[in-house]
Amino acid sequence: MKGQDAEHGSLDSRPAREAMTGVHTGRKRKGEQPVVPDTEFTSYYGKPVLNGPVWKSPDVPGYLFLGGVAGASSVLGAGAHATGRNRLAVAAKTGAFGAVTVSLGALIHDLGRPARFLNMLRVFKPTSPMNMGSWLLTAYGPCAGAAALSAVTGRLPRIGALATAGAALTGPAVAAYTAALVSDTAVPAWHDGHRELPYVFTGSAAVGAGGLGLLAAPDREAGPARNLALFGTVLELAAFRRMERRLGMVAEPYRAGKPGGMVRAGEALAVAGVAGATLGRRSRVARALSGAGLLAASALSKWGIFDAGKVSAEDPKYTIVPQRERLRERERGGDGWPAGNGAR
Amino acid sequence: MTTARTPVDPAGDSGYADHPPRMGFFTDTTVCIGCKACEVACKEWNAVPEDGLDLTGMSYDNTVGLGADTWRHVAFIEQRKPIGRQDPGLHHDQDVLTMAEHGTATQPPEAGMTPTTPGAGDDFRWLMASDVCKHCTHAACLDVCPTGSLFRTEFGTVVVQEDICNGCGYCIPACPYGVIDQRKDDGRAWKCTLCYDRLGDGLEPACAKACPTDSIQFGPLDELRERAGRRVEQLHEAGVPEARLYGADPDDGVGGDGAFFLLLDEPEVYGFPPDPVVTTRDLPAMWRHVASAAATLAAGAVAAFLGARKGR
Repeated sequence: MKGQDAEHGSLDSRPAREAMTGVHTGRKRKGEQPVVPDTEFTSYYGKPVLNGPVWKSPDVPGYLFLGGVAGASSVLGAGAHATGRNRLAVAAKTGAFGAVTVSLGALIHDLGRPARFLNMLRVFKPTSPMNMGSWLLTAYGPCAGAAALSAVTGRLPRIGALATAGAALTGPAVAAYTAALVSDTAVPAWHDGHRELPYVFTGSAAVGAGGLGLLAAPDREAGPARNLALFGTVLELAAFRRMERRLGMVAEPYRAGKPGGMVRAGEALAVAGVAGATLGRRSRVARALSGAGLLAASALSKWGIFDAGKVSAEDPKYTIVPQRERLRERERGGDGWPAGNGAR
Repeated sequence: MTTARTPVDPAGDSGYADHPPRMGFFTDTTVCIGCKACEVACKEWNAVPEDGLDLTGMSYDNTVGLGADTWRHVAFIEQRKPIGRQDPGLHHDQDVLTMAEHGTATQPPEAGMTPTTPGAGDDFRWLMASDVCKHCTHAACLDVCPTGSLFRTEFGTVVVQEDICNGCGYCIPACPYGVIDQRKDDGRAWKCTLCYDRLGDGLEPACAKACPTDSIQFGPLDELRERAGRRVEQLHEAGVPEARLYGADPDDGVGGDGAFFLLLDEPEVYGFPPDPVVTTRDLPAMWRHVASAAATLAAGAVAAFLGARKGR
């Protein structure tokens, strides 16, 4: 919008008319190629093109975080179960069940009509990640519950082992599908990141589950939790870098403002948590602090991604500029439609 | 009852074996006079609640945009552009914008311009356009709806079943046009139904019925597209080269709109996305990456145990 003001000097002296839109932006027409991609764009009074997400905070970002922790914890719990690390197993399984229970509560609370939450299961619809997620949680939740109950009470060990295996098999999907949930929207920062976000989400889930494990496990059982946190941190950071490079200007909300601050703080905490857990591996306090830091890191990164998406939907720039660029690219390639001519 | 002739047949694809032709809107913005009769008729017929009476300062647009309680929205755009051969209805010797800037209280001696001062000419035009749900061929809202509340009608339109909707809100950010929204005190999602109740009785939608200039035209989509193509040619011949259709191309990112438009400027000037794409086009890729990321997590966890010596 700034570009318009510069071009039409008279507008500067009439603040009340800043809203005037549709003024010719001097955009290059076919044949003239800008040397640098120009971010000049026109909009309707600066209003967003999209109706942004109405999902509430903390319900939905809280679910993105806790669902991830639950899914990855179930895998950690199954591994601990199989390798005889009993205290880690109990902690991971109860943590997973607690996290998924709170998640379900948050998801139902976020509905406009909570009493109708069971309508989620009246169809089976692969085109809707939310529907698939509902079915996934329907399979995962009882497994996580049975695994936790058996681990805590020591009863029905065979059913407990089966449920542990079931939760470990569905857990990674619970941690990963939420990326498709947010990507399958028109929200630019979420949709355009659909290739990398699943890895960012599972990485962040591993960071959180590793943190939970470190908080609860004794020294001689903490190794896998520490390794999982390290793996998660590397995966999340690498996938995020890749996503930012690919998205260009659409990645701005992931780096700027409050959402960007949360993402950065989450990354710093994850690195610090892994370092603390590794250096202070013999210290109970260092382990607990690192674990708490890793959990916070996972939450911050999910919250930051959630809020960044909202920012990218509210600013028409992130919707219009990439689409305009795409059209221009198509015109250059010759398979697009000539500007201002017939069918569009 | 005839089947739609178009190769893209959303109603047939949705399982209607025998169905009426696909119905839609052609909104010719060149003849819109900004009377907002469509907005009023829509609210009246559909009993859409009042959603605030605000003065926005956005020309004559105090509706701002489509939402749960606005299913037709008339956009007003003021431009310093010649209007072609159409009569802008202005006094050619006055610059009303400069006059407005000085306000009504300015004394004639101080005024930069008075009603008798010669102005710059007719470099001013008003664009008005009545926006509505596009009833996309590939509708993201319908695709992502987890309850099946949103459905495809036999007319090829997209409608919310309000007795099913549980207010999950997924359709809202999924729409590439910003059409559907949540009614706050109600919790559910609402949007234009293309007057499904009227269509069933052989009536045209309330907005089209009320439009005094036929800017909003209702009919079988095939016919509307033909008529729109002729109208664009007519305008080009009349010296309005910027006339173009928006949403009429079945090869665009949403497979063409059931409600399309004739515009006089770039789509984003009217608040439309210039190149909308149905988000579910990329869903197969998303599921592949989700599966691969889940497998990566599982592999990472196995490695975490293999890398940890017992007792560490």
